[in-house]
Amino acid sequence: MPGSISILRFAAFKSLFAAFALLFVLTHPAAAQISFKPTAEAVQEDKLLNALKEGDKISGRVSIPDGNAANLIQPAGRDWRDFQRSKLPWIGGIAILGMLVLLAIFLMVRGRIRVQQGFSGRTILRFNSFERFVHWLTASCFIVLALSGLNVSFGRTLILPLFGPDAFAAMSAWAKLAHNYLAFPFMLGVLIMFLIWIKNNIPGKLDLEWIKQGGGLLSNGKHPPARRFNAGQKGIFWIVIIGGALMSVSGWFLLFPYLPGNVTALQFWTVIHAIIAMLFIAAMLAHIYIGSIGMEGAFDAMGSGEVDVNWAREHHALWVEEQQGKANAPADRVRAVPAE
Amino acid sequence: MARVKFLCDADRCIECNACVTACKNEHEVPWGINRRRVVTINDGKPGERSVSMACMHCTDAPCAAVCPVSCFYTTADGVVLHSKDLCIGCGYCFYACPFGAPQYPKVGNFGSRGKMDKCTYCAGGPEADSTPAEYAKYGANRLAEGKLPICAEMCSTKSLLAGDGAIIAEIYKERVMKRGYGSGMWGWKTAYSDSPTG
Repeated sequence: MPGSISILRFAAFKSLFAAFALLFVLTHPAAAQISFKPTAEAVQEDKLLNALKEGDKISGRVSIPDGNAANLIQPAGRDWRDFQRSKLPWIGGIAILGMLVLLAIFLMVRGRIRVQQGFSGRTILRFNSFERFVHWLTASCFIVLALSGLNVSFGRTLILPLFGPDAFAAMSAWAKLAHNYLAFPFMLGVLIMFLIWIKNNIPGKLDLEWIKQGGGLLSNGKHPPARRFNAGQKGIFWIVIIGGALMSVSGWFLLFPYLPGNVTALQFWTVIHAIIAMLFIAAMLAHIYIGSIGMEGAFDAMGSGEVDVNWAREHHALWVEEQQGKANAPADRVRAVPAE
Repeated sequence: MARVKFLCDADRCIECNACVTACKNEHEVPWGINRRRVVTINDGKPGERSVSMACMHCTDAPCAAVCPVSCFYTTADGVVLHSKDLCIGCGYCFYACPFGAPQYPKVGNFGSRGKMDKCTYCAGGPEADSTPAEYAKYGANRLAEGKLPICAEMCSTKSLLAGDGAIIAEIYKERVMKRGYGSGMWGWKTAYSDSPTG
């Protein structure tokens, strides 16, 4: 009967299988464990989460081409969110509003810094047209970059309620494009400024003296001697160069995601970008103040490029002497009355 | 209304990637974007586990918190959706998301990431339900048709569960009780820790 044959066959297979199983157990003692637990060594989410170090993530392997998708859980995203929503508004608010308050107090206490001898009517070239071009190229880019950047940090709170979601989103999209593209002329400007002004911005002994006297900012009529750039201006120069370099590097990484690595690196560079930006904007507010309403005669340096000789003698006595010496000026001009 | 969630029972996931494929097909997700993916932890080692992961539709979602144009909203079901009309493609949601859910089509020049795309829990977007405009931007709106997300619906081992958070959590707990082990409700602590029941 076919049934009994198949039973016989099954019995034969069974004994054969048992023999193989015995062989397997004999050669692989580990398999002899009676209660095999499929999860004895299984990964546990709790254990993985607890073992995570600061900024780390749970990752594995994916079979899709996007390797970044292999990051399963990165709790650090919540720290980043906390920075963006809780810490950054304070950093930016204190830096920028604090600077505006300081400048307002300074204006009230000190008033506008005047040219003590009055305008002489004669001028001297302080910045040539190329220098002014580079300055305003960088400055105009900086203003757009600063405003569009501040929009990302504060726009949702300050501007969105005024414009409504559609208009605000459209404006922010344009602001983002402007931010991305104007970054390049800005970086070029910072690079050129570095090359053309580095020779005048090496810190020296005169700068110590200038800092000791507080730059003459608070004392009416006292101006420590300075060459082309005094210690304050050198400070602004280095803030722009170092700040600009940090903004460029971090911004470059944000423009080209995954250049610096994975999402953790991107988070790090956005934090750097944001903090430096807030401090940079605060510093530039002081620069804009002293170059415009804060000091009489200062704007001409970057406006027409020609500053009044009396202004120049008061603020950059040594530089005026150098310039007039170079120009083979008459003797009385070389020994011009120093500012002090 | 119920608060819907995803739950992946990693002890059942066989890394077949059918959820990934079904999602791409259902929503005609563009090339290069994966709204869902399967990650294998400890691949090739004893105790390896695969987890299917997409947007977890977090309570107090980090993406919504950091979005500079506030393009996210949470539906009555607890689904986190966004408006591609408002999105400026800045990438902030991607930095904040604990699950790597936001994806960007690489369009245009440098830095233009394009409008963000992510799992919608098969619930479309702000457009009118099941319209061609909604489909083009966000894909199918199965929730409007009374259906659950396609990834979970067609999971062959019923590893990936979607639905009322309380119910799927109960199903998972029953399974763990019965078989005596479970590698955890992946992502739940991170996504819903602020409100375990919500």
